[in-house]
Amino acid sequence: MAKVIIYPTTSLILADLVDRMGHKALVAPEAVRDRVTNPEIKSPPLNITPEEPKKGLKYAAVDVPSGIRGRMALIGPLIEEADAGIILDDPGVLTGCAGCNRTNELVRLLIKTKGIPVLDLKYPRDDTEARGFVARIKAFLEGLK
Amino acid sequence: MRITKYIITSPESEVLPSDIAMRIYGSQHDINVKETCFGIIINGEEDEVADLIKEIRAMDPTGIFIKDRGFPPGDLRRCRGHRGGGARPGYYMIESESKLLPLISKALASEEKADPGPKETETIQKKRPISIKKLDEIIKEEIS
Repeated sequence: MAKVIIYPTTSLILADLVDRMGHKALVAPEAVRDRVTNPEIKSPPLNITPEEPKKGLKYAAVDVPSGIRGRMALIGPLIEEADAGIILDDPGVLTGCAGCNRTNELVRLLIKTKGIPVLDLKYPRDDTEARGFVARIKAFLEGLK
Repeated sequence: MRITKYIITSPESEVLPSDIAMRIYGSQHDINVKETCFGIIINGEEDEVADLIKEIRAMDPTGIFIKDRGFPPGDLRRCRGHRGGGARPGYYMIESESKLLPLISKALASEEKADPGPKETETIQKKRPISIKKLDEIIKEEIS
């Protein structure tokens, strides 16, 4: 079982297909869960503490906005953990932890430059494209076993 | 560790969120369930949720989609009842992808048809013991 980072990290379709095919999808909600359900969190109800932008310094420079560094504190460790990646080029509606375009650019860059196998895809628009979409993901994930 | 998952049905699936909820209520699992307009949210221990997911997927293997959720159901930081209304931030992504679920369901179904996997019936037939009648005939033949 390989750990596969998906972009967008909140995608229902990608997370489901990766899990369905026997691998582990690395998703942002998993990182969020650790922060919102941990009773030791010091600043409820916020799930991002002042520590997160400091952790984000590992992935982005100090002059980069704290929002990006805070998001990278969640997503960066997932990228480090990944054995492979699947990237959707036109992710459409993104909000919340996935709603920052500059963070998303950095996430895509880090996944692509990590040296792991990466599959680039676009959302399907019709039946034929959908079949190709599923078949390519299946072939890619089978190759990871 | 308790985890939370979204279970979302394709708009063309014949399984309703209420059907899934009833299945969970009738199961032996200690799981919290919240029904929504697009599916259900379940919360429980990791192992129990994993077992339950297998059962739920079997209800409609190509029409039910599952993803993780960070916040537990009814969490005050996300519940719109406590935030003055409006959809929570992650809903827009689910709404956007829900429109594509029928296409993905059909693609998964055609993928299954093309590659049905090992033929279970054949392997079961091979391993099945011979019938008593057949055994009886063999014994009679051997003895006589």
